[in-house]
Amino acid sequence: MARKRPLYGLMAEFETPEQLLAAVRRTREAGYREIDAFSPFPIENLGEAIGFHRTRLPVLVFIGGLLGCSGGFFLQWWPNVIGFPINVGGKPWNSWPAFIPITFELTILCAALTTFFGMLALNGLPTPYHPVFNVERFEVCSRDRFFLVIKARDRRYDVVTTREFLEGLNPSRVMEVES
Amino acid sequence: MNGNGSGQPNLDRVGRLALGVGVAALILCALEWRANPTQFFRSYLLGYMLWLAVALGSFGIVMLHHQVNGKWGYLLRRPLEAAAQTVWTLMVWLFIPFFFGLPRLYSWAQPATVAGEALPPFKSAYLSVPFWVGRTIGYFAAWVIFIYLLNRWSWRQDEQGDDDRRWLGKMKKLSAAGLVLYGFTVTFAVVDWIMSLEPQFFSTIYGMIYIVLPALAAMALATIVVRLLARYDPVSNVITPLDFNDFGNLLLVFVMLWAYLSFDQFLIIWAGNLQDEIPWYTSRAAGGWGAVALVLVLFHFAVPFVLLLSRDVKRRMTALSAVAALLLVMTWVDLFWLIVPAFHPAVPSLHWMDIVAPIGIGGLWVWRFTSQLKQRPFLPLHDPRFEGVYGHGE
Repeated sequence: MARKRPLYGLMAEFETPEQLLAAVRRTREAGYREIDAFSPFPIENLGEAIGFHRTRLPVLVFIGGLLGCSGGFFLQWWPNVIGFPINVGGKPWNSWPAFIPITFELTILCAALTTFFGMLALNGLPTPYHPVFNVERFEVCSRDRFFLVIKARDRRYDVVTTREFLEGLNPSRVMEVES
Repeated sequence: MNGNGSGQPNLDRVGRLALGVGVAALILCALEWRANPTQFFRSYLLGYMLWLAVALGSFGIVMLHHQVNGKWGYLLRRPLEAAAQTVWTLMVWLFIPFFFGLPRLYSWAQPATVAGEALPPFKSAYLSVPFWVGRTIGYFAAWVIFIYLLNRWSWRQDEQGDDDRRWLGKMKKLSAAGLVLYGFTVTFAVVDWIMSLEPQFFSTIYGMIYIVLPALAAMALATIVVRLLARYDPVSNVITPLDFNDFGNLLLVFVMLWAYLSFDQFLIIWAGNLQDEIPWYTSRAAGGWGAVALVLVLFHFAVPFVLLLSRDVKRRMTALSAVAALLLVMTWVDLFWLIVPAFHPAVPSLHWMDIVAPIGIGGLWVWRFTSQLKQRPFLPLHDPRFEGVYGHGE
């Protein structure tokens, strides 16, 4: 008999979003931190219940915007003032009001691109392999079932007691997730 | 939210206090009228346009909300409706003094000057006193009819209770027409009342700037009012930091739109550099007025913009109210910068009435506002959409 690979964690299945939310809250209260929840649709307050902290994305977007802003301005300032100055209507070389539209647009562009790629990066996407898909039953997660996972790397995780704890939450079933 | 949900705000006391301050300030100004009538009208125009901005902006946002729905509007609705009502319960009457001061304010109203300054034929015909008075009456008539109907149907909605969607439909339809009308009337009104102070100048973006500026002022004031009401029932039961996040985002939108339009006008006129238009900016962007312009760039755009990007600011009621208060003060600075250089193009000149007149009109305005606000529940409990968002109200 082939030895089982180490477990990624334990998975409990619930019938309704309310059950999942209540289970998540009790799991947090029990001291588990390495947990995750899966649902076919967004559930209000679930993120807070799991304990999602603030992400660094807003800071990244702000930096992206600043880079776009200064880069966009420099892109126009350098050629017009240093590189290849041309007299346009007698206006000064550094005619900054004329540079603002492009500066503004590049600010938006860089901030938007940082948002998109930053979101992917911070979420660890793309993720070609995730252990939860080893559970055959997990396919109904995209239909009408709600799942809670306690990961094996949690400090309080123990094969026996964690399983007992999950069964105490009245799930429809508890499954092992292979890594 | 704030624990003390049982009591009710003492709007009577606030109203009486505001009325006292307002009347005292206006008496001071009226005394000065005899000594210095020209300055009186200039300061009165500044104060009037400030509070008209708040009232008209509220009118606009109410109609916008009837069109687009959105959870943000239900908490704002009563303060905005009460503010919009001041257009016909107060601002119409406060406009009357202008009819006695037209030649003091507007060079085109002085027959000798019109010939002297040689306005183009169309302008001198358009800016004739009878036509100007007629248009003014027209703007107010349109606003009063729309605000009156919206308010009346909103009352009916309250009286007739939950299942009646009829009033909602009527308000939606009226708002669609009203928003179109709003764009036209506000544009023409601000061209007549402020832009024509310098009849040589013209700008097509000008009207839009004064459509956004009131929206910003009204949103700022409504945010502060909701923050104060959030201490009491029933607002305290439903309000969450997420609501303030919405208010903050709307303020951010209006700040950006204001900056966008203001800069657009500047960029186009700066690039064109034509002799009819450029004096408007050469007086406003250089010297002492340039410093005022810089204050606007910093505190009407840059600082609120950066603050409103932050979720921490938007979700803290007090922090967001502080930003809103800053924006209200900046609305006054902005109008000061739009209006006063027409009289003192070389150096900034702040007369004490430029501050006292806005306080006087503001006092009367707050008095009317509070007495209208307290007549109805602070939330539109019988709006069918409201029940969809918050569940059945008490």
